Amino acid sequence: MLSVLKKEINGFLSSLIAYIVMAVFLIAIGMFMWVVPDMNVFDNGYANLDTLFSMGPWVFMFLVSAITMRFFSEEKRSGTIELLTTKPLTDWDIIMGKYFAGVFLVLFSIVPTFLYYYTIYELGAPQGNMDIGATWGSYLGLFMLASCFVSVGIFSSAITSNQIVSFILSMFLCFFFFIVFDLFSDFKLLGSFDSVIQYLSINTHYDSISRGVLDSRDVVYFVSFNMAFLWFTRISFGSRKW
Amino acid sequence: MGVEVNNLVKMYGAQRAVDGISFSVQPGHILGFLGPNGAGKSTTMKIITCYLPQTEGEVKVCGYDVVHQSLEVKKCIGYLPEHNPLYLDMYVKEYLEFVAGVHRLGAHTAKAVDAMIERTGLTREYKKRIGELSKGYRQRVGLAQAMIHDPQVLILDEPTSGLDPNQITEIRDLIREIGKNKTVILSTHIMQEVKALCNRVVIINKGKLVADETPENLQHDTGNQLVFVAEFKGEFSPKNLHTIPGVEKTVSLGQNKFRITANCDIREDLFAFAVNNKLVLLSVSMEDQSLEDVFRKLTS
Repeated sequence: MLSVLKKEINGFLSSLIAYIVMAVFLIAIGMFMWVVPDMNVFDNGYANLDTLFSMGPWVFMFLVSAITMRFFSEEKRSGTIELLTTKPLTDWDIIMGKYFAGVFLVLFSIVPTFLYYYTIYELGAPQGNMDIGATWGSYLGLFMLASCFVSVGIFSSAITSNQIVSFILSMFLCFFFFIVFDLFSDFKLLGSFDSVIQYLSINTHYDSISRGVLDSRDVVYFVSFNMAFLWFTRISFGSRKW
Repeated sequence: MGVEVNNLVKMYGAQRAVDGISFSVQPGHILGFLGPNGAGKSTTMKIITCYLPQTEGEVKVCGYDVVHQSLEVKKCIGYLPEHNPLYLDMYVKEYLEFVAGVHRLGAHTAKAVDAMIERTGLTREYKKRIGELSKGYRQRVGLAQAMIHDPQVLILDEPTSGLDPNQITEIRDLIREIGKNKTVILSTHIMQEVKALCNRVVIINKGKLVADETPENLQHDTGNQLVFVAEFKGEFSPKNLHTIPGVEKTVSLGQNKFRITANCDIREDLFAFAVNNKLVLLSVSMEDQSLEDVFRKLTS
């Protein structure tokens, strides 16, 4: 697994992908945080990172789908999947290697925003007047949300050999799980079932963890969400042997 | 140990791509795997390398079953797939190090990579990206990744396609050297290659095994026709050649040069024929029946 992980990360770093993803993420978030009138921190008047955490999921929806779309699709298209699957690697080695590479890249683009954290911390009046617990909770939430997107992206990539299809499908699924369940439950059509629908939405748990309270339900949700999609990937990838 | 294939069947939908093939290869043997396009060569190789599952039958590599012990099988196989897929963005050395890592060569990685670069003649190219290499050099990279872990069994799907004559000779030498104590299965369309490299030939056609022989036996077994090429100096009627006992067919190859098919050795008779007709026999040579002919007979 480690050699697959290393290969994927090297692939990101030696091509422009890693740098473009980071740059786009930081520029998009930075714009809204510091530049765009009425939304920026100075006009807002509050020393917090809310812009980062409300924009983050939407930016990641694009970026994560863009980096995961090639994981399996490209290997299938170019035939290198035959190389990979005839090497002494299990299916899990290959899937987890790619998954962790995606997670690593997400982490890689989140880490520079610690600079924003420091800036906000210094800008608070008095200095350091920000909700530190909620901020770290939000960081954890954002990271977990992005790892969910990675698992969805990998699954989308595993079921098609066309990168465009994979990209669009991945974005749609991310969007769907992020917000659609949440919105759907607002219709109050299913009575007590509404809370179950709401529980399935990533957004619900993202909001919950953002408050700075680490609820076991949220953690269980995020972990099982990842596991579920990695399992679907495993099934789809293993289906070549049927 | 080597490779044992028992009654292998592979169905693609209703089509029997491989239809009950059995053969086995021992270490120290190089098996040439022949057949027309679509005969099931690549499919068989993909089953041996655990890429595709078979529909029926059993394949054992180094004593391990390809379905139930696939990880063990993959460890002892080096595989060069058809069309040689490669990660074009990777550098040659980086790629070989990746493959070495997959095979868990650990501390031997650097040594194995350097040795492979040396043996496959990539010394001048290993700093490039694979995408920048010409087809012949990519083929070498494909061979290098197949052999880097010193596998017991080497499966090569058309290893010399797209190489220039010099490269072909080098790669053949490499394969021959490895074939001394390892099991090698290679598929090819080039008959000279079979003759030059292999000590066993398996020919399949439409998924069925049609021959399993040494190249020499294959040439001798299919009818005892002999072919001669003779060149004369002087005027005579070619029809007279048929007066020589045993001659079955003559084909003119230009000015007084003939290809003569006979059912026995007629070289002495040709000489006598020349003397009797006051001709000068400039040259006479005996040709083996070509493997191409055998191949055509068996697969048409």
